[in-house]
Amino acid sequence: MNIVVCVKYVPDATGDRRFKPDNTVDRAAVDGLLSELDEYAVEQALQIKEKQGDDTEVTVLTVGPERAVEAIRKSLQMGADRGVHVLDDAIAGSDALATSLVLAQALAKVRSAGGWDLVLCGMGSTDGAMGVIPAMLSERLDVPGATFGSSIEVDGDTVRIRRDGDTATVTAEAVLPLVASVTDMTGEARYPSFKGIMAAKKKTVETWSLADIGVEPSQVGLSSSWTAVESTEARPPRTAGEVVSDEGGSGAKALVDFLTSKKFI
Amino acid sequence: MSEVLVLVDHVGGSVRKTTHEMLTIARRIGEPSAVFIGQLSDDAAGALRQYGAAKIYVVDPNALGPYLVAPKAEVLAQLVGSVTPAAVLVSSSAEGKEVAARVAVRTDSGIITDAVDVQPEGGTPGGAPVTTQSVFAGSYTVQATVTRGTPIIAVKPNAATPERAEGAGTVENVPVSISSSAKGARMTGVEPKKASGRPELTEAAIVVAGGRGTGGNFEPVEALADSLGAAVGASRAAVDSGWYPHSFQIGQTGKVVSPQLYVATGISGAIQHRAGMQTSKTIVAVNKDEEAPIFELADFGVVGDLHTVLPAATEEIEKRKG
Ligand SMILES: Cc1cc2nc3c(=O)[nH]c(=O)nc-3n(C[C@H](O)[C@H](O)[C@H](O)COP(=O)(O)OP(=O)(O)OC[C@H]3O[C@@H](n4cnc5c(N)ncnc54)[C@H](O)[C@@H]3O)c2cc1C
Repeated sequence: MNIVVCVKYVPDATGDRRFKPDNTVDRAAVDGLLSELDEYAVEQALQIKEKQGDDTEVTVLTVGPERAVEAIRKSLQMGADRGVHVLDDAIAGSDALATSLVLAQALAKVRSAGGWDLVLCGMGSTDGAMGVIPAMLSERLDVPGATFGSSIEVDGDTVRIRRDGDTATVTAEAVLPLVASVTDMTGEARYPSFKGIMAAKKKTVETWSLADIGVEPSQVGLSSSWTAVESTEARPPRTAGEVVSDEGGSGAKALVDFLTSKKFI
Repeated sequence: MSEVLVLVDHVGGSVRKTTHEMLTIARRIGEPSAVFIGQLSDDAAGALRQYGAAKIYVVDPNALGPYLVAPKAEVLAQLVGSVTPAAVLVSSSAEGKEVAARVAVRTDSGIITDAVDVQPEGGTPGGAPVTTQSVFAGSYTVQATVTRGTPIIAVKPNAATPERAEGAGTVENVPVSISSSAKGARMTGVEPKKASGRPELTEAAIVVAGGRGTGGNFEPVEALADSLGAAVGASRAAVDSGWYPHSFQIGQTGKVVSPQLYVATGISGAIQHRAGMQTSKTIVAVNKDEEAPIFELADFGVVGDLHTVLPAATEEIEKRKG
């Protein structure tokens, strides 16, 4: 069985993330990393591979600038087998629909080469956080989608997921080929081992341009996206208010006084 | 004026407040048409008319079958094709966003999710929608527009104050034909969750949340919440420890709330938690560590043990309420 995991290289959420004057994310301002939410997808792919046996291959696919290859590297160190990096200046500034077009075309190319049975994604990126790419890929590739799995299990050619929704917990199943996404409830991702880090150095990462996957530069990028960010504005940072200590048990009364002064009581 | 399709958010046929909010927003952009997937009761139809639905498109849920999301999106995309609306509004839940994503691809239309406000361009009624979103853990506000196709917008709870306006609410049954490709993922089990009896987390005016500092005992958190008529939330550390269900998690991978008052107890204030509460109007923190980062954003803080501060505060509140 072949699995492709779609991963994103994102600015570190603990850094000072900002926008550039053209309202795109300033990807140089903050160090990047493999989106933590995609680590869960890599982890699930590796667990499926381990259960399936050795002939299962895990390919990691990313669309992003030069340094996005670091997201692939980390996934290879965790244990994925090979990487594909779609790299093209024309992609910069693409919105979700444009990005899903690039991913879908890259996945079509993988399909015609070795093929894939399962495309796995994280539940959303830690920067854009829309969480819509998996559903878009399901539409574009015309294969079923099973998203937001809090657990995922492959049994022959059947995939079962569990979804922990607001009003109900739903179990669902689908037959491969399939696009699925998994949440951070699937369980902590492994750290790369020393052996994994050494092994990753020998793994191949292919770099594809838009031309390689049959996408016209005019179909993607900032000016061809389906949406436009009109303005971005930093919110004034919150300022710390009064902090009292609970010495002598005075904290509760002070707290209730505050709530009363704000008319919450 | 063009129609604006509003996909009705309902639980078991009863219309949620988010729907009233979306109908209110839809009136700024055009004429609201509700799309109701389910058995439409008189109560539900009444609620939709009260908030201005001129039309109610009803889709028989049985015709969609026991499949995940895709059939709903297919029906909605078909309606977009036949109605050519000025915009489509769905609720920005996991399912709503997935419906929106699929409709966007099918109709070759731009999509915006997590809108906290939607206004007509230039403030002119009937103008194209301009959305506001809160990004990067609430540290930035961005405005966006859809430049291609029909604007498909996923709207967050509390994005508008629901305003009543009588609508004709003419019911139209929508003929349904679902393609085989939308029937790929079949639901095999649905286990409804018990209602907590407290306000809905994303809609509540007050939220009291507990973290690792509760040590697994949420009783003081729940008691304080009840004295304030609040919803209860939890940090991921508390959820991961199995102390509180995931549907109450606040933060990047849980709910994003923006209440009038947020009370964080035994929560350190990690960036991923802040992503879910930073835009709250007033923030109060109780934490025994005076260095906890949560105090940097709190309007009022108590350095102390939540297990003594919360019960005492609850008692004091009950006393003052009389
Ligand atoms: C990709 C990703 C997504 C994430 N998503 C989320 C998310 O959605 N939501 C979320 O919350 N986190 C999320 N996290 C986790 C986040 O980074 C923190 O680990 C988490 O928020 C910590 O929870 P906490 O504050 O309860 O626990 P801690 O950080 O352990 O803090 C506990 C606090 O309780 C205080 N305390 C202890 N005992 C007491 C007492 N008796 N009385 C008063 N105070 C006490 C301590 O001083 C401390 O400040 C995510 C992390 C990642 C990597």
